[in-house]
Amino acid sequence: MKALEVLALTCSRGVATLFRDLSFAVTQGEWLALRGPNGSGKTTLLRCVAGLARPDAGEVVWDGKPSRGSEGRFRAELVYVGHLPGIKEELSAEESLRDALALRGVRRDDAAIAAALAEAGLEKRKHLPARRLSAGQRRRIGLARLALDPALIWALDEPLTALDDEGQALFRRLLERHLARGGLGLIATHHALFPAPVRELRLGA
Amino acid sequence: MNETVDGTFAAGFRWAFARDVRLAWRHPGETLLVIAFFILVASLFPLGVGADPGLLQRIGPGVIWVCALLAAFLSLPGIFAADYADGTLEQMALSPHPMAGWASGKIAAHWIASGLPLTILSPLIALQYGLAPDSLAVLACALALGTPLLSLLGAACGALTLGARGGGVLLALLALPLFVPVLIFGAGAAEAQATGLSPSPHLSLLGAGLIVGAMALPAAVCAAVRIALD
Repeated sequence: MKALEVLALTCSRGVATLFRDLSFAVTQGEWLALRGPNGSGKTTLLRCVAGLARPDAGEVVWDGKPSRGSEGRFRAELVYVGHLPGIKEELSAEESLRDALALRGVRRDDAAIAAALAEAGLEKRKHLPARRLSAGQRRRIGLARLALDPALIWALDEPLTALDDEGQALFRRLLERHLARGGLGLIATHHALFPAPVRELRLGA
Repeated sequence: MNETVDGTFAAGFRWAFARDVRLAWRHPGETLLVIAFFILVASLFPLGVGADPGLLQRIGPGVIWVCALLAAFLSLPGIFAADYADGTLEQMALSPHPMAGWASGKIAAHWIASGLPLTILSPLIALQYGLAPDSLAVLACALALGTPLLSLLGAACGALTLGARGGGVLLALLALPLFVPVLIFGAGAAEAQATGLSPSPHLSLLGAGLIVGAMALPAAVCAAVRIALD
């Protein structure tokens, strides 16, 4: 069983210390919910784990190896989805999806891409440039990407934002599938999610 | 079941280069703006200073270089800012590829969409200044060596100003002084040719600058992007 371990992570922004000596572990098939009021450091924690933000102290360990020092290997195993959609306004849903997968070195055939777009409800709009899509539809491109990426670690920041009921149901299905195939998740959300998290981590208490 | 591949410099370079060239091709507005600016400003000088062939021949290389430099500068703010704003920059930073790979790919694509058209057009523009054919060739050579260096320097400055308020003005203050050596050796090459000296020292220095820049500046871009994303 591989595990993502966070060891004694400390991070401050300006003068405020967001969290100090934070340690936890998530193993395959589990997901951990990050909760806490706005500004409590959920996003910063996710960015620290992903390697975008630099913590003051502590380390992130994946499968027994510190993520620092083997960044390439670690990043290939991790998907981070933040507040920004990470798609180009000028490109269509299909192109954005192909670009995002190609950037991560993931190869998928046309049928798999078409199926993921159909599952995300973007079948009829897959050739429209993203600027013609709503915020929720852009989020759905991100969901299609999650469905196709074999990475085992999901670090997601408010993944349900802007999604309608059907989109939220789709996300739950994807999460279930992800956990069933041995994936794990670290998800900041204000929503009650099913399947239920193994643990909740409360920040800023 | 692990279908992910290890990231490589070349794969990152290819990905960023192909995507940026595709974006520039699909929305040629920015490239056309750079070209139009270059042609317009370079054509204003002969109108402004009068049709004295001797004077035009003397100022020609310098004026064309300044115009090319300003035109290249016009396209700089977009090089990383758009990717930063829509979140693709953080996805690139999180890709398994080394940062220097895709950063170099983006810089190369930027040159294709700004420096290269300017280089190709420059002999045509220089005809207005009555430059001799051999000076035209030297001018184009100098631009071919100098404009990639402008893209490299500009990218490093553009990455440094990410997320800063009033980034455009800051970018001008940062980048334009760094362009000065490129301008001096670039314009110097065609001038040397026109006065009967060999342009090769100037061109060699530009080439050396380009090699050093291509080795060192992508690393500077990476450091600046890391700071911007932190």
